Amino acid sequence: MATMVRVIGEQIVALVSESAQKIRSINQKYANPKIQLSGGAKLALLFLELYLIFLVGLLAFKFWTIIHGGA
Amino acid sequence: MDLVSKLYFNYSKIIKTIRIYLLLAGPGMIVMIADNDAGGITTYAATGAKFGYSLIWFLILLGPVAYFVQEMTVRLGAVTKHGHAEAIFSGFGPFWGWFSLLDLTLVNWLTIVTEFIGMTAAMNIFGIPPLVTVIVVILVMFGIVLSGRYWTWEKITMAFCLVNLIYIPAAVLVHPSVSDVIHAGFIPNFPGGFNGELFFYMMANIGTTIAPWMIFFQQSAVVDKNMKEKDIPWGRFDTVVGAFFTIIVAVFVIIVTGTLLYGMEIGSAAQAVHVIMGTHQWVGTLVAIGLFDAGFLGAICIALTSSWAFGEVFGWAHSLNYKVKEAFWFYVFFFAGLITAGTVVLIPGAPLVLITLFVQVVAVTLLPAALVFLIILLNNEEIMGKYKNTLFDNIANITIVICIIVLSSLYGISTLFPALFR
Repeated sequence: MATMVRVIGEQIVALVSESAQKIRSINQKYANPKIQLSGGAKLALLFLELYLIFLVGLLAFKFWTIIHGGA
Repeated sequence: MDLVSKLYFNYSKIIKTIRIYLLLAGPGMIVMIADNDAGGITTYAATGAKFGYSLIWFLILLGPVAYFVQEMTVRLGAVTKHGHAEAIFSGFGPFWGWFSLLDLTLVNWLTIVTEFIGMTAAMNIFGIPPLVTVIVVILVMFGIVLSGRYWTWEKITMAFCLVNLIYIPAAVLVHPSVSDVIHAGFIPNFPGGFNGELFFYMMANIGTTIAPWMIFFQQSAVVDKNMKEKDIPWGRFDTVVGAFFTIIVAVFVIIVTGTLLYGMEIGSAAQAVHVIMGTHQWVGTLVAIGLFDAGFLGAICIALTSSWAFGEVFGWAHSLNYKVKEAFWFYVFFFAGLITAGTVVLIPGAPLVLITLFVQVVAVTLLPAALVFLIILLNNEEIMGKYKNTLFDNIANITIVICIIVLSSLYGISTLFPALFR
């Protein structure tokens, strides 16, 4: 039983390590975006970042109101 | 004789055109009709019950909107031969790539749960327990996807798309007044004035018309189908036909519920079916079959979208043209999504209502990003060459994208804070 647990544990560690390696290689592969962004495109990406921050803030606020017994 | 020859020539030409279309049809038709998924049918049913035929004109306007967005994915897929997930990684780097991929996976999985909710509710009406529905559905999907050919999957799925048209005979059976439908539905109007509640329903309809998975699905399907640049006109035509049918289905759902349930508050399509069953058994049966089919189409397409996206980024073999042994992780991912989503529906006391609402909120975190990336990529001459957006494309697409972002965001926010527009 102990041997089986050890083998499964080793398999999981190997899988996690393999996945981490794969993610690192994906990050390296796409580290330099292939397209040149125009001013408008950069502005659109900035808008997206702000939009996401706003949405995350809104979700956090909703979560806070639920915790404190709100709607 | 000359006339006969001319007629025969024209006949042959038409048959040849139809054959070519049937060969190249698929991604546009499937994505548009699968867009009328269980959640979509619920939205249309609720809209018809609340406002009768009055918002038919608005749904008709959404057809061109869906076409303009999806047409861009046809061009991008045919020219780059990459799916949307890979295109985002490649064009915008790992941060936006991982954000899009993980967000897509989450929203897709939640949406598949809602498809199973729709399918089990529909089959429950015929006395089939949810466990049996979930098992049979997954087994059938196994059979369709494991055929080992994209073509086979596509044509079987298109047959399921035809079943979606079941709402047409259902609408005929309820004997609506054609004059009422035309007068109330085809002339733009705001029933009861432009108030918060009407605005909420309009936003909900827009939210069901363009979903993030559709962008990823059609682009990946175009790549898997191996469509080339020369096939773009056919891809466009396929998308037009799909947009036409998706609106036809939406309009006929509205006609059914607007005739039978007008004035009622409907919370789900299953509830609508139960009420209709009480008075019009045949119509109820057809609507239940339609709801099941909608959930089935949604689930199979959405699960495939996640698998394609992960396969593209992780470099797995990711085509329906591969056997299981050749694209093991692609198929594992596909079935893992379906099986876990199906299992959630079977868990007693699972927060299914919360999941249904949460889908809208998560979707609005991804949709604006996916649309903005689409516009930026389509304007890049290095990538698109002569297929880049024209000035007209940009005026139409940017206007549509801004409207969708604003309205779908408001819809997502109103899901979080229901009192906002009520």
